[in-house]
Amino acid sequence: MRADLELISDWVAPNSRVLDLGCGNGALLEHLQEHKQVTGYGLEIDADNITQCIEKGIPVLEQDIDQGLTNFDEQGFDVVVMAHALQQFRRPDLLLDEMLRIGKEAIITFPNFGHWRNRVHLGIKGHMPVSEFLPYNWYDTPNIHFCTFKDFRDLCQSKGLKVQRWAAVDGQLHDHWWTRLMPNLFSETAIFKVSR
Amino acid sequence: MPDTIPVDSVGLVTPQVAQFDTPLVLACGQTLPTYQLVYETYGQLNADASNAILICHALSGDHHAAGYHSMEDRKPGWWDTAIGPGKPIDTNTFFVISLNNLGGCGGSTGPTTVNPETGKVWGAEFPMVTVEDWVETQARLADRFGIQTFAAVIGGSLGGMQVLEWSVRFPERLSAAAIIASAPKLSTQNIAFNEVARQSIRRDPEFFDGNYQAQDTIPRNGLGLARMLGHITYLSDDSMGNKFGRQMRHDTYQYNYEVEFEVESYLRYQGEAFTKRFDANTYMLMTKALDYFDPAAREGGDLAKVLSKAQCEFLVVSFTTDWRFSPERSEEIVDALVRSGKHVSYTKIEAIEGHDAFLFPLPRYMAALRGFLGRVSKHLPKENA
Repeated sequence: MRADLELISDWVAPNSRVLDLGCGNGALLEHLQEHKQVTGYGLEIDADNITQCIEKGIPVLEQDIDQGLTNFDEQGFDVVVMAHALQQFRRPDLLLDEMLRIGKEAIITFPNFGHWRNRVHLGIKGHMPVSEFLPYNWYDTPNIHFCTFKDFRDLCQSKGLKVQRWAAVDGQLHDHWWTRLMPNLFSETAIFKVSR
Repeated sequence: MPDTIPVDSVGLVTPQVAQFDTPLVLACGQTLPTYQLVYETYGQLNADASNAILICHALSGDHHAAGYHSMEDRKPGWWDTAIGPGKPIDTNTFFVISLNNLGGCGGSTGPTTVNPETGKVWGAEFPMVTVEDWVETQARLADRFGIQTFAAVIGGSLGGMQVLEWSVRFPERLSAAAIIASAPKLSTQNIAFNEVARQSIRRDPEFFDGNYQAQDTIPRNGLGLARMLGHITYLSDDSMGNKFGRQMRHDTYQYNYEVEFEVESYLRYQGEAFTKRFDANTYMLMTKALDYFDPAAREGGDLAKVLSKAQCEFLVVSFTTDWRFSPERSEEIVDALVRSGKHVSYTKIEAIEGHDAFLFPLPRYMAALRGFLGRVSKHLPKENA
């Protein structure tokens, strides 16, 4: 279980109705079904992941999120989750709007591009950062809209969204006094729970 | 013709007949006092009759879904790719029932069988049957086996509509439902195609208002034409293009109406072959059953409300190049299931074969079916696990 999924599941109330955007092999929903008795669906487009979800009995829907989420009713879910995928979509800002149209709350995790190591890569070495966590080259990366912890917080503010909770964690997904104190510089992964 | 039976085949099978003497009131208002259903079974029914799977056939299908009737058979049953020992619908685990629907021409009571009241072949007199009627008779067949709850009900195309109907008509009688390459109702275009098919049959001079058997003839041209038309809608533009392109019979144009392009020859062959195995009245009945199916209409068009009665888990499968029942049609079912909070998984399989893809052993499709039924088998008593 990825540690950010562990964190997310702590933030989900028992018996919630959950939509997991980009659910992968269904690990989060499986965990939530077991520990929080949630119901819900995962959206996924990767063939192997979909097969794995079906094998595990995790309800999965093959749907390309970039094509829209208009088939989902307004406020049909308690929580809409997007783990480590927001930066891969064409318009993360519009997607955030959609998440909060469909769900009462949205939980988003993303890699913080403002992490000091990324700054060293770009600022000192002059290269786009490549790391264990973000192992892609600039030309083949699925991550087309990187942002920093601060950028996302500003987006929420400009949209008038309430940040219910946030966490800033290191590569091992632990939070420390320094990641809490200077999240934009020291956190590798940012986690936000927002609502209207 | 198999020299030996493949190890993953259900082997030689013999169709069975079930006689029903409890009158059946049909949706059209008529009553059948008695009727017969022809069926086949594969695998063993377990002690508490909990491992049964019902297969619902499509427009031109029948009870012969898997295995061979004799060593002389050219081909196995129509869904042999999916049913057998070790196959996704695993007959080592499940007991599979496949029947010929009422009104069919595979041996079940229908236009080609004798009406016991008149002693004559039913022909055009056979009443209209609907998806709802079929599901009712399928449940009665299940009763014969003491099957209270099906582990799964599975069907493609028109078969998928029967599965959908099962899930809301007898919600407590199935644990899982697989709806493949189907739709919650026909589109206007679907109905239009069906009407052309029916008209081509009805306008054949050999049709005799449906009583052609009494005249010792069949509307060969009309039925063949209907099949040619239908066949085009089962294939995709790409699959036809790959198979035939503009391949010609001769090196140069002949400037006449004989076969010039190979695709013409293929369609003529398909049409002709179909008239040897299928009945025109049954074809017309089946297309009407398709046209009439619209469960959402019971709740003012609200499919989610209709599906709220369902209790089973669903798998919905569509195929990218299917234009007869496009992925969007399957997604209507999925959206309604999501709206009513049902346990559903949906997968859209990349396939070139068009609507026919549901009969092909495409790896992703087979994996989805296998994975879904693997979950179902986990709930069976230990003897089957």
